[in-house]
Amino acid sequence: MDEKEKNTGIKLEYEIIKDDFSRAGEASSNIKRVLRQLGIDSSVIRKTAIATYEAEINVVIHSEGGKMVVNIEPDKIEITAKDNGPGIKDIDQAMQKGFSTASQKVRELGFGAGMGLPNMKRSCDEFYIESEFGKGTTVKMIFKL
Amino acid sequence: MVIGDIRELLDAECLWDHDHLNTKVDGAFGCDLMSDCLAFVDERIVLLTGLTNPQVIRTAEMLDINAIVFVRGKIPPQEVIDMAKDMGIALLATKHTLYTSCGILYSNGLKGISIGGME
Repeated sequence: MDEKEKNTGIKLEYEIIKDDFSRAGEASSNIKRVLRQLGIDSSVIRKTAIATYEAEINVVIHSEGGKMVVNIEPDKIEITAKDNGPGIKDIDQAMQKGFSTASQKVRELGFGAGMGLPNMKRSCDEFYIESEFGKGTTVKMIFKL
Repeated sequence: MVIGDIRELLDAECLWDHDHLNTKVDGAFGCDLMSDCLAFVDERIVLLTGLTNPQVIRTAEMLDINAIVFVRGKIPPQEVIDMAKDMGIALLATKHTLYTSCGILYSNGLKGISIGGME
C-alpha cells in the first residue's frame, strides 16, 4: 500500500465459506456497519449492502468458497468477490433475469430466483464479471461517492 | 399505517419486546423468495413471509426493513429472533396465511409496492 492509499483508503477482506448458509451475510452486514460509521450517504449504503449481500450469497451457494475485498476510497467504493470455482459456462445466460442453476435446497431457503447478478448490476455504477469454467468467477462492482 | 396497527389487524404476537409499535411503514411486500425481495423492494415496507431462516433477517437488514410478519403460524428459531433483536427489527407472528394477511392489510389501506427497479 503506498502512502496515498494509507492516508485515504480503507481495505476490508472477508473469507466466504461454501454452503455456510447460516453465516452467509455476515460479511455484508459488517461492510454495511463500516460504511455507516464512515458517514457514507444512506442511499449508497443501501445499494452497496444489497449488491454485496447478493454477491456473498452467490459465493456461498454456487462456488467452492472465495473472498470478498472492499476498497473504500474518497470518491468510490470498490467491491470484488472472487471465488475458487467452478466458474460460469455462459455469462450472458447467467446475466438473464430468471436464469438460475441453484439447487432445490437453495430455492427452499428463498434464493436462486435468477435475480442475483442482474440485481448486482443494477445496484452499482460499474459492473464487471469474468469467469473461466473450471477455475472461478470474479465480480467487481464500483459505487461512486 | 404503524406497526401497532398491523399487529392489531393481523391479531399478531410480537416475538420480542420492541418499541416499534408507533413506527410507520409506507407499504407491504409479501413473499417467500428473498431474491425477489432484494430485487424489487425500494420503499420502507413491512415484509410478510412464511420463511423463518436467518437470511430473512439478513435480507431485511440490507434493505433497511424494520418490521417482518411471519405468516401461517410460523415462529423462527430463537437465534433468528435474537438476530433481529440485535438489529432492532420488529418481528410479528400471525396465524393467518400470506394471502389473508396481505388482504387484510391491503383492505385497510396499506398498499403494495410498484415494480420498477428491474425494468
